[in-house]
Amino acid sequence: MTAKPIPKVRLQAQAKAGEIIEIKTLIAHEMESGQRKDVSGQIIPRKIINRFIAAFNGKPVFEAEWHPAISANPYQSFFFKAVESGEFTFTWKDDDGSEYVTVNKLTVA
Amino acid sequence: MDFMSIEHSRRETLRLAGLAGLALIVTSSGAQATPDEVSAAIAKLYGEKKPESGKIKLDVPEIAENGLVVPVNVEVESPMTDADYVKAVHIFAEGNPLPNVVSYKFTPACGKAAASARMRLAQTQNIICLAEMSNGSLYKASASVKVTIGGCGG
Repeated sequence: MTAKPIPKVRLQAQAKAGEIIEIKTLIAHEMESGQRKDVSGQIIPRKIINRFIAAFNGKPVFEAEWHPAISANPYQSFFFKAVESGEFTFTWKDDDGSEYVTVNKLTVA
Repeated sequence: MDFMSIEHSRRETLRLAGLAGLALIVTSSGAQATPDEVSAAIAKLYGEKKPESGKIKLDVPEIAENGLVVPVNVEVESPMTDADYVKAVHIFAEGNPLPNVVSYKFTPACGKAAASARMRLAQTQNIICLAEMSNGSLYKASASVKVTIGGCGG
């Protein structure tokens, strides 16, 4: 893929204290498994996003280690218990060393 | 097709075709992960520790038409407090070229030990889910998925 993967995150902007919210994330990425062969029979080298990390106010909350069995354009959802207002940082780490980062605010009423 | 020229009854021809198909499955399965490889991957993480059953709700489709995108949803029963929470969840596929699918790390801040993703499945197979609790106990669950079109290319 030539274009830089663009992450998408869906979560509510406001929550009540103690509410458990669902966070849905999606990132455009081919997730080349390293199992496929090209027309000449050569194995296409593996290039996947191998890690997804969600942190809230700098503290890690949830982490996923992805293997080649994760589908292209990987989707990941998980939950978070809202306690205080703050900022999420979502990081996707690519096999080639690139990192894709996005930030979302959450206001707790 | 040489054997077609020999006078077989229709039944015989079908039987031979069936055998050929079976041979194909047997030879192609050589490149796949096996239940043993999944066990080895689990042993690498947790040694000889025996997992208990229960607590895990592993939600996968019974039939997946497209092996490229199979939803996998897991939820582990836990109060998710600092004293008692789910530390990690691992998902394995017994019939894929590689046994690992995904590993999650949860914290009490999650409020709920649940996550959804989408995986590739090469063929009809069992999915194994392992959960590690904060007190060190292990739980295991499995589910089978029928795959119509495999999703690992090749």
